[in-house]
Amino acid sequence: MQGYSAPRAANPDGIYERERMENVRPPEWRNPKPAGRYNLVVIGGGPAGMVAANAAASIGAKVALVERALLGGNSLNVGCVPSKAIIRTSRLYADMRSAGHYGALGPGNIEVDFPAVMQRMRRIRARISRVDSVQRLSASGVDVFLGEAHFTGNDTLSVDGTRLHFRKAVVATGARPDTPSIPGLVEAGYLTNENVFDLTELPRRLLVIGGGPLGCELAQAFGRFGARTTIVQSMPLFLPREERDAAQLLSDVFTREGIEVRLNTEAVRVRMEDGQKLVDLISDDYRNTVAVDAILTGTGRLATVERLDLALAGVDHDAITGIRVDDFLQTTNPRVYAAGDVCLEHKFAHTAHASARIAVRNALSVGRRRVSALTIPWCTYTDPEIAHVGLYVREARDRDIPVRTFTVPMHDVHRAITDGEEVGFVKIHVKERTDQIIGATIVARHAGEMINEITLAIVARIGLRTLAHVIHAYPTQAEAIKKAANACAHPAGGGSTVQSLLQRWARW
Amino acid sequence: MASMMDVSELTDEALLDRIQRAAFNYFLNTTNLANGLVADNSRPNAPVSIAVVGFALSSYPVAVERGWLSRAEALERSLAALRFFSDSDQSGAPAATGYKGFYYHFLDPDTGARVWRSELSMIDTALLIAGALASSMYFDADIPGEIKLRELVDMLYRRVDWQWAHDGGDTLRQGWKPECGFLHYGWEGYNEATLLYVLALGSPTHPSHGDGYRAWTATYQWENLYGFDFLYGGPLFVHQFSHAWIDFRGIQDRFMREKRCDYFENSRRATLIQREYAKRNPNEFSGYDEHCWGLTACDGPSDEFPDVTGLPRRLFGYAARGVPYGPDDGTLAGWAPLASLPFVPHLVLDAARKMHLRYPEMMSDSRFASGFNPTLGNSDRGAWVSPGNFGLDQGIVIMMIENHRSELIWRLMRSCPYIRAGLRHAGFRGGWL
Repeated sequence: MQGYSAPRAANPDGIYERERMENVRPPEWRNPKPAGRYNLVVIGGGPAGMVAANAAASIGAKVALVERALLGGNSLNVGCVPSKAIIRTSRLYADMRSAGHYGALGPGNIEVDFPAVMQRMRRIRARISRVDSVQRLSASGVDVFLGEAHFTGNDTLSVDGTRLHFRKAVVATGARPDTPSIPGLVEAGYLTNENVFDLTELPRRLLVIGGGPLGCELAQAFGRFGARTTIVQSMPLFLPREERDAAQLLSDVFTREGIEVRLNTEAVRVRMEDGQKLVDLISDDYRNTVAVDAILTGTGRLATVERLDLALAGVDHDAITGIRVDDFLQTTNPRVYAAGDVCLEHKFAHTAHASARIAVRNALSVGRRRVSALTIPWCTYTDPEIAHVGLYVREARDRDIPVRTFTVPMHDVHRAITDGEEVGFVKIHVKERTDQIIGATIVARHAGEMINEITLAIVARIGLRTLAHVIHAYPTQAEAIKKAANACAHPAGGGSTVQSLLQRWARW
Repeated sequence: MASMMDVSELTDEALLDRIQRAAFNYFLNTTNLANGLVADNSRPNAPVSIAVVGFALSSYPVAVERGWLSRAEALERSLAALRFFSDSDQSGAPAATGYKGFYYHFLDPDTGARVWRSELSMIDTALLIAGALASSMYFDADIPGEIKLRELVDMLYRRVDWQWAHDGGDTLRQGWKPECGFLHYGWEGYNEATLLYVLALGSPTHPSHGDGYRAWTATYQWENLYGFDFLYGGPLFVHQFSHAWIDFRGIQDRFMREKRCDYFENSRRATLIQREYAKRNPNEFSGYDEHCWGLTACDGPSDEFPDVTGLPRRLFGYAARGVPYGPDDGTLAGWAPLASLPFVPHLVLDAARKMHLRYPEMMSDSRFASGFNPTLGNSDRGAWVSPGNFGLDQGIVIMMIENHRSELIWRLMRSCPYIRAGLRHAGFRGGWL
């Protein structure tokens, strides 16, 4: 167990933390006696592992699941769930501050009660943990082993000395934060998603290193709680995967909210002085030092492949990209599959779920489902949210697919205007001269909800013109999608043959 | 200042002539005759901008044709600048003038040395070189001064090491500094760099490789916005700068062939989209409507003014304002519509007249301020107006009005072998090419 820190609760005496631990790692839990050879052993009890175990148990397979820390994994304990809970509160504070814009009288003095924010988050996390509880999983027929698993051969593994035999296994050990190699960072101490939700006090000054989804979400949330926040990103824009306009809008929003945005900037050294952390920053030829009370890093995630003795099972892997799998999620050991963050580029809970279903199906039945066939949306839960599905324009052009994009700014959508939520857009990409949707990006306050309609259209192969015939409730923000569809189905303005014919006719 | 009555009584031609000549006076007032260098703006202690020198070099032929300057005076001014760049320190040292045939963005007006730790700028060098080429196409007489001018221009163009500016990558880098090497900013999406790529591809000495242009155009976004299909670029100037020199009517690269469009038509649509945005005016700023628009790179207010709700509003100072995603702080550029004159003449003239009638304070001596902001105005002084003038704004106005009136610059550049070669290497075909 060397190098592994035992699971802990932020405030183990609190009722919510006690409840969560009771659910995801009950202290009195006794591992069952192994039941001969399992049809499936799942290693890892995060989103992928839980889905895999439940799916296998539901078809009557004999299943064991091994978890070395907390059931529910990152998503429940230190990821999606707690972050969305605090983001909700941070939005409320932002709304209170801009009450005047909505014709409302805001509270005179807005004071942030950070402990209350975190208490609410713990309450919600405990509630959701009931779904992911050890007892529930066990009741559904899965043998739950809490402990450290490592392979001992092609079809065997050991959990703290107990030997498990399997016909098939699914490795779903997830990923953990990558530590940037900045001299002095480790000595000065830093936060990642794994411990930031344990904070009980708001840092007065916060430096966020990394402008990916996690860094952006938390920089904005902590900024809204009142931390003087600086965000440092080595690239010219945040969220480098996303469309330029999406990233640009986000950076404008951050600046407007008072976050100090430092793009094209590297943090190169950290040192402690007078109880504060001094961080040297370089942007091209400009150097300066910022003094902060806490540093949060969100610079990427590494697959959890260590201490599994994967080599003993003949499972190829890499410290950075994780376990090597084929399109069927099979590893180099035909008995062993992988799912979720440990093997996938897109490290999202919903991708973990979908990949786990594929892995189980391919492992236990004759099914040959491909992971590449999945249509995966994702969303960064900043305000506005940035959601995407399918191809980016750049990817399409790289594949020589000519693209036409239908863009609707949210300021053209009545419900966005009435809601005072006009920052953003819907962009739907179709293959030129067809209405086949190949991707979409939505920037809007509820973009994560809106993207699902596009995902449905892509999966069901519904063309954009057909969406023009789908009545959308008025007024809703999702009407932006209908407007884009209308532009595709009923062209007007420049570039339209029909339009120019009509114009010619009108002139005649 | 021309009175309101004056302007409404002027014919279009007379109005354009007045604006164009007033704009040209900027170059007469702000040029150091000893070295031909032109100030970035008319404010005290302004440095030289190399791009503005490029606009000045392109405007001298206009002035000769319009009778505002003798050919000899224009030649003398042009030669002064070209001699300066030819003889300048190209060591790339922190206080040099340039490196690898490129030049630092901002220079000292007297010594021509780099100031403000500015970057060696690829796009601004391209604007300078384009101006030099326009000059060499105009001064075509077999007299010693004009022969010398053509030799200097040829040397300056051939000296630019466009290959180096790739820094081993596909697309061209934007800048370089002696303190840290190439800057990290990348060119992504359509912008004013078409001219840069054409010049880089046309070089007989250090040409950019053809993959660079393809790699850049692969980042283009073809979007249907407000009912128009167009190659997206937010600020209006990105749809204007390359067009000041190159006549894009009827010529198409691979991208435009695929879209059955051309860059001229695209700029027309981009101009109409600006109008549509101003009609919508999502941020509810004062003054915006279909007759009053022009979001582009310009100077604007930068102080924090409270808005009606008492909340701070962010103002952007000198910034590239754009549609539809902003930044937009209520600042418009009065000259920006005129720089779209060839694309939609009637709408632009209509806007120019109406904007001038409503906000005469945005012009002084018939010359446009860089930006004005009606939202931050008051009844005493009218709209907030950017002090002084900026050379880029005056230069683009002179050139685009001239292209509308006589196509002078377009004609000169259509005959330029380097431009023709560059366009062909970028995949342009058809039309006059």
